[in-house]
Amino acid sequence: MFSCAAAGWGEFGVLEARDLACWRGDRAIFAGLSFQLEAGGALLLLGANGAGKSSLLRLLAGLIPPAEGALLWDGADALADRVAHAARLRYLSHQDALKPSLTARENLLFYSRLWGGDVAGALEAVDLTDLAELPARILSSGQKRRLALARLALAPARLWLLDEPTVGLDAASVARLGGLLAAHRAAGGAVIAATHLPLPLPGARELAL
Amino acid sequence: MSGFLAVLGREVRLALRHPADTLAAVLFFVLVCALFPFGIGPSPEILARIAPGALLAAALLAALLPLDRLFGAEAEDGSLDQLLLSGLPPSALAGAKALGHWVVTGLPLLLATPIAAAMLNLPVEAWGTAALALGLATGVLSLFGAAGAALTLGARRGGVLLPLLVLPLSIPAVIFGAAAIEAAAGGISPRPYLLLLGALLAIAAPMAPLAAGAALRGD
Repeated sequence: MFSCAAAGWGEFGVLEARDLACWRGDRAIFAGLSFQLEAGGALLLLGANGAGKSSLLRLLAGLIPPAEGALLWDGADALADRVAHAARLRYLSHQDALKPSLTARENLLFYSRLWGGDVAGALEAVDLTDLAELPARILSSGQKRRLALARLALAPARLWLLDEPTVGLDAASVARLGGLLAAHRAAGGAVIAATHLPLPLPGARELAL
Repeated sequence: MSGFLAVLGREVRLALRHPADTLAAVLFFVLVCALFPFGIGPSPEILARIAPGALLAAALLAALLPLDRLFGAEAEDGSLDQLLLSGLPPSALAGAKALGHWVVTGLPLLLATPIAAAMLNLPVEAWGTAALALGLATGVLSLFGAAGAALTLGARRGGVLLPLLVLPLSIPAVIFGAAAIEAAAGGISPRPYLLLLGALLAIAAPMAPLAAGAALRGD
């Protein structure tokens, strides 16, 4: 799909979380959370509803600050420059972040203007080429999810943060996502995914929250 | 810069898909201006006397209408997270959204200015100044409004809070804008008032996006 060299990533070291804590109000959702993730690695976040999987992903994306602890990228504070941190990751939230009145192609076109990348190739990667000119509002929920996933295939980024990526997907789409994930990891990318459903991530470590 | 233009282009594209939002603001502006002759009576002198202030107030209220959706709609469908992770600094994102708001709301209001000005019996020679003053004043409102929308994002009753936050900040724009139109109607040069209005815009242009960006990041 895309190689490390083509993406211009150079050496990708390690993403390291040290004693991360997240608070909601005066209640700790999780605390003392530490893990390491190396290039090509995958981490599955498991836990009951409300265990803090989504909060951890938002924290790792730099969308919310950690209450305690540090997030290190190659040994340096990852959240010191959040714009630079954002540039090396893709975040798939549980919402699809689509504009209903824009067509599937236009939804992706906007992100391709921000990140670069090939819209037609990304639509092909999630098998939405035939529906490219339809407004996103008339797509089914599974098709919307695939369109959100197409953002991952648009332009390479070193870290994918996925929140329930397979919700609403049929078996063929899950297999296609497996291909995307494998290509991403083969190119030296890392994946952190929160899920309740089985994910095609062979060799992924598990982190229970 | 390309990210800024991408966000701006998306705003315009979305507005073109939903022309009703823009149309609602323009009709609101025209209708509020039409209420004054009914309330005050059709006496041309009195109407012309209140026209500058009425135009400014009506335009700012109309431009305020779509403001609480500026970031609210993005937050609801998850797009705000993607925009914040787009690689664009939050202040640049807020600046692009503010400019987008002006392009899809402020600019159409300018096109409706002649209709509103005619209903308020504003002398024709002041119409050009009125459009200019409204353009600058709505620009100030778009900037302060973006900051207010970012601050009230996620607040309960944010839609009520927003005007309470933004309208007081817009008072100088109303004063200088109305003074400019009044000067032009009275045959004096509106230049000093327009320059003051421009100065206000020049202050708001860097300050408001910075404030909005900080609010969006949650600092």
